[in-house]
Amino acid sequence: MNTNTLAPPARVETRAGGAGQRPRRRFLTLKRRDRIAGYLFITPQLAGIVAFVLIPLVLVVYYSFQKWNVLSGSIEPAGLDNYQKLLSDPQMPSVLGATAIFSVGLVLFNIPLALLLAVLLNRSGRGIAFFRTVFFSPVVIAIVAWTIVWQFLLQDNGGVNGFLKLFGIAGPNWLESGPTAMAAVIVVQVFKNVGLNMVLFLSGLQGVPAEIQEAARVDGASAQTVFARITLPLISPTILLTVIITIVGSLQVFAQIAVLTKGGPGISTTVLVYYLFQQAFQFHNFGYGSTLAILLFVIVLILTVIQWQLRKRWVFYES
Amino acid sequence: MKADRTRKRWMRALLYVVLSIIAIPFLFPTWWMITSSFKTVNQIFAFPPSLIPLTPSMDAYVKAFTFQPFAQQYFNSMYIAVVVTVVTMLVSSLAGYAFARIKFPGQNILFLVVLIGLLIPSEVTIVPLFQVFNSLGLINTHWPLILVTSFGAPSVLATFIMRQFFIALPGELEEAGRLDGLGRPGIWWRVAMPLAKSALAAVAIFTFLNAWNLYLEPTVYLSTPGLFTLPEALTHYVDPYSGPMWNVQLAAATMTAVPVLIVFVIAQRQFVEGLAQTGLKG
Repeated sequence: MNTNTLAPPARVETRAGGAGQRPRRRFLTLKRRDRIAGYLFITPQLAGIVAFVLIPLVLVVYYSFQKWNVLSGSIEPAGLDNYQKLLSDPQMPSVLGATAIFSVGLVLFNIPLALLLAVLLNRSGRGIAFFRTVFFSPVVIAIVAWTIVWQFLLQDNGGVNGFLKLFGIAGPNWLESGPTAMAAVIVVQVFKNVGLNMVLFLSGLQGVPAEIQEAARVDGASAQTVFARITLPLISPTILLTVIITIVGSLQVFAQIAVLTKGGPGISTTVLVYYLFQQAFQFHNFGYGSTLAILLFVIVLILTVIQWQLRKRWVFYES
Repeated sequence: MKADRTRKRWMRALLYVVLSIIAIPFLFPTWWMITSSFKTVNQIFAFPPSLIPLTPSMDAYVKAFTFQPFAQQYFNSMYIAVVVTVVTMLVSSLAGYAFARIKFPGQNILFLVVLIGLLIPSEVTIVPLFQVFNSLGLINTHWPLILVTSFGAPSVLATFIMRQFFIALPGELEEAGRLDGLGRPGIWWRVAMPLAKSALAAVAIFTFLNAWNLYLEPTVYLSTPGLFTLPEALTHYVDPYSGPMWNVQLAAATMTAVPVLIVFVIAQRQFVEGLAQTGLKG
């Protein structure tokens, strides 16, 4: 430890540009010790990434060219079989369609609602703070708990139809037909997480300089015009990024599907991740499951690259 | 002037009416979950539905604990989330500090390698991880949940946030620590960490919630009810003859969700700031 007490002056002197009265070797020791500390500090995280991300990533590529023999528990090379299966899988169009409908539906419902909430709540007041809490609260509720409550509410004789019945409307059996089941999954997901996007939009709105808006008002622009011509363009980078983050998140939807519909009725709500789960962990088709994982990875990668490009282009607004 | 003020007041009232209507699907499920958990099965499906249980019953709560080892499952969730949160805070603050404040060869490349974790959805690597843990004999243990969540992809966002925080730290404070005779570990622990409370709080909140809410991973790794965490346990309240046991399931869901909600209401600002970080991911 005594080297520790000697070290600091050396550092200060070099910072100040002073010529070393101290032997050069000690200065190097400090630098070297710093390096060692740096490597040691990042070791747990780096080891975790290598073991739990990079190696599995290599393995998933390898597995996608293998076939599992469930009975003998062995794996054997399968060449391009899994990829050919991907292209000829009769379920695939439906799975990709459900994935796309879910993502698009989620964005179309989530983003405008989040924006509306942010605009309505972009002011001060105790009541406003209360409503912010209310709209954010589902974010902290466990997704499975939230989904179970909605499953209960969406039963044929559940709360939603009970509510509609008060107005004399006979509601459908939501989870038993394809289109309403998909709509239900989307709606449940939107109410769960729209609060997060609302917060992002709120901070975006607060970044819009008030002087610009006031100047426009003084020039006689209506509130709507100010919003459409000034506020909206200025927060458009936030909107675009939020859209992409929402799409990437929507590709990972699992718990809602597993609890609410189990991919059904039929396979109408079987999205890519759920299909992957079924193939790998219910049918023990680990090879094909890995191929589906690679498809998911490629889609997410493309979206991420688009996001980076947009970020570069919009960097002026982001600052 | 007066007309203007009246108009403003009306606009405000209108705003609150609109907000209250929109709030229904956000608040009602939680309300319905809590109230229904105090009802009997017959009361649950009564029409017209009663907004509050007129004769509250604790039966569902008792049954939640007798039908499954719910106390054990609660403990599992609790201890896994706490361990994962503490370990993630250590792992991410160490790595974040090193990437931000220490110069060492290759640090930019290594940081990019770590950031790959942000890019890969955990669903992509679940098959190989299952196979690896299976060959190590760790399936149906809590090890995969704890290790992957603390050190793997889910911890990378934490490291990124800690790095962003430490980059903004004034260098003079470290120099002062050095003059006091502290080495790097000492500077990290005694100087940098006490200043990083806000960033650490954000990391703690989203890490805890993520671990508490994990569903795909426990479904894949665990098969014994005594080992389940809460989300998976909630889906197992099914009577083989008469289908879901709604009031029991909702009682268990209430016990899962309400403690977190209470903490959220108390520490709202930290929650919103912490979770907004997860929205910025990518």
